[in-house]
Amino acid sequence: MNRFDYIQPASVAEAIAAVSEPGSVYLGAGTNLLDLMKIGVSRPQRVVDITRLPGLDRIDWLPDGGVRIGALVRNSDLAYDERFAKTFPVVAEALLSGASAQLRNAATVGGNLMQRTRCAYFQDLGSACNRRVPGSGCDALGGQSRLHAVLGWSEHCIATHPSDFCVPLVALDAMVEVEGPRGTREIALDSLHALPGSTPEQETTLAAGELIVALRLPAEVASFADNARYLKLRERTSYAFAVVSAAAALEMEGDTIRAARIALGGVAAKPWRAREAEASLAGAKPTAEAFAGAAELALAEARPSGANAFKIELARRIVARALNFALAGTPQEMPALPASPFSTNPGAYHVA
Amino acid sequence: MALSISLSVNGQPRDVELDDPRVTLLDLLRERLVLAGTKKGCDRGQCGACTVLVDGRRINSCLVLAASLDGAEVTTIEGLAQGETLHPVQAAFIAHDGFQCGYCTPGQIMSAVGLIAEGHAGDDPERIRELMSGNICRCAAYKGITEAVLEAQQTLAGADSSRRDAA
Repeated sequence: MNRFDYIQPASVAEAIAAVSEPGSVYLGAGTNLLDLMKIGVSRPQRVVDITRLPGLDRIDWLPDGGVRIGALVRNSDLAYDERFAKTFPVVAEALLSGASAQLRNAATVGGNLMQRTRCAYFQDLGSACNRRVPGSGCDALGGQSRLHAVLGWSEHCIATHPSDFCVPLVALDAMVEVEGPRGTREIALDSLHALPGSTPEQETTLAAGELIVALRLPAEVASFADNARYLKLRERTSYAFAVVSAAAALEMEGDTIRAARIALGGVAAKPWRAREAEASLAGAKPTAEAFAGAAELALAEARPSGANAFKIELARRIVARALNFALAGTPQEMPALPASPFSTNPGAYHVA
Repeated sequence: MALSISLSVNGQPRDVELDDPRVTLLDLLRERLVLAGTKKGCDRGQCGACTVLVDGRRINSCLVLAASLDGAEVTTIEGLAQGETLHPVQAAFIAHDGFQCGYCTPGQIMSAVGLIAEGHAGDDPERIRELMSGNICRCAAYKGITEAVLEAQQTLAGADSSRRDAA
């Protein structure tokens, strides 16, 4: 790890001023940033520790029934908050399917949004990576690319965004509150993460010095609470990033779908909202054909970026299966293995 | 740049002068406070060997800067036993062979203490395995670990209710 100056500001305004120095970064829990500093991928001159900023660790319910989550709320505190888990169960399930209990106890809401790709070439200083060193090339192209993007990638970068949390959030129209040198603004989460294009080093649409202070979910998406699931396929049972994941939420009216929400994880440099697939289900009966059609639409533009053509069919199946799970209803109790295909039947144990 | 922090480690107040902000909690414990029970495995948050409690919550001590912990209460494996009397989780790991080489064990035990305090597992071994998945055991003593956590949880629940009965 390189040497750096460590600053602990007392207010958001002080933090924004402190980070204006070139080479400065915000430090939340550090579960991603410290790791990247240890391996030399991130080499900040100044670390601005925001963990003591007052007022950012609260979950506030708004008068209209929406929720405002401070950027420093810890993943586990949000996932186990009773009202939150009841109102937005698909978000709680995604949170609990991510990382480990220790990391969830530390990691913050804002940090989860800002986490970097887990592409091995991004993390390996001996590899070319346009995201890490603009213009240096992409060794993932033609390399070990099984787990790389199948949607929204470019010849400059095929990395994926690793978050589980962001997948249902983007499906449920989450808004991000930001403060920066030019004041405050709001961004739809769907517009926060950038696709690589020819500038993969621009990972988000945040301007220099901007700080995420809160995340909001609107009241109206609570209408999906009864039929919402997150499904995450991993290469081991637990504590692994998604190969492919999907959030699916249905608002049912009798045996007809009034509205649907679908988003995918592990397939692109951002959480991938599948709006055409959602639209195809509005007013439809929840049949296997309808779900297969929605899955087809969700992956319509997918193309392999390397040795990952299997992910396209896998993602279709995960979308269709997540829709089926959503139709079956949000479980009364959080599954023992959240979001896992292995724990969908009560009483069925992964380990005999 | 000198940074002064005060924290409680296993109930003892400690004032620490950090000459370098790069020191993680793990390195502070092992290299400066001579508490080598907490182990360094991967040093990247992937193995769980460095698990300790900070303000009662289990975390990876390799992924937190000591400088950020002014005022924190830290509990390590050295802080569990009361004199010669083992903590129920320690005793259960021995009773159930919850280890082989022992390197991951301090982290496993601290993680189990955290898990039991969190109270989300009930008596479901599937939930215990899931909530212990942040602790890797390359000797694969997982069966014994799961049994140890289940038993320790019952022991601690019994101790709680007998305290309530006595009150």
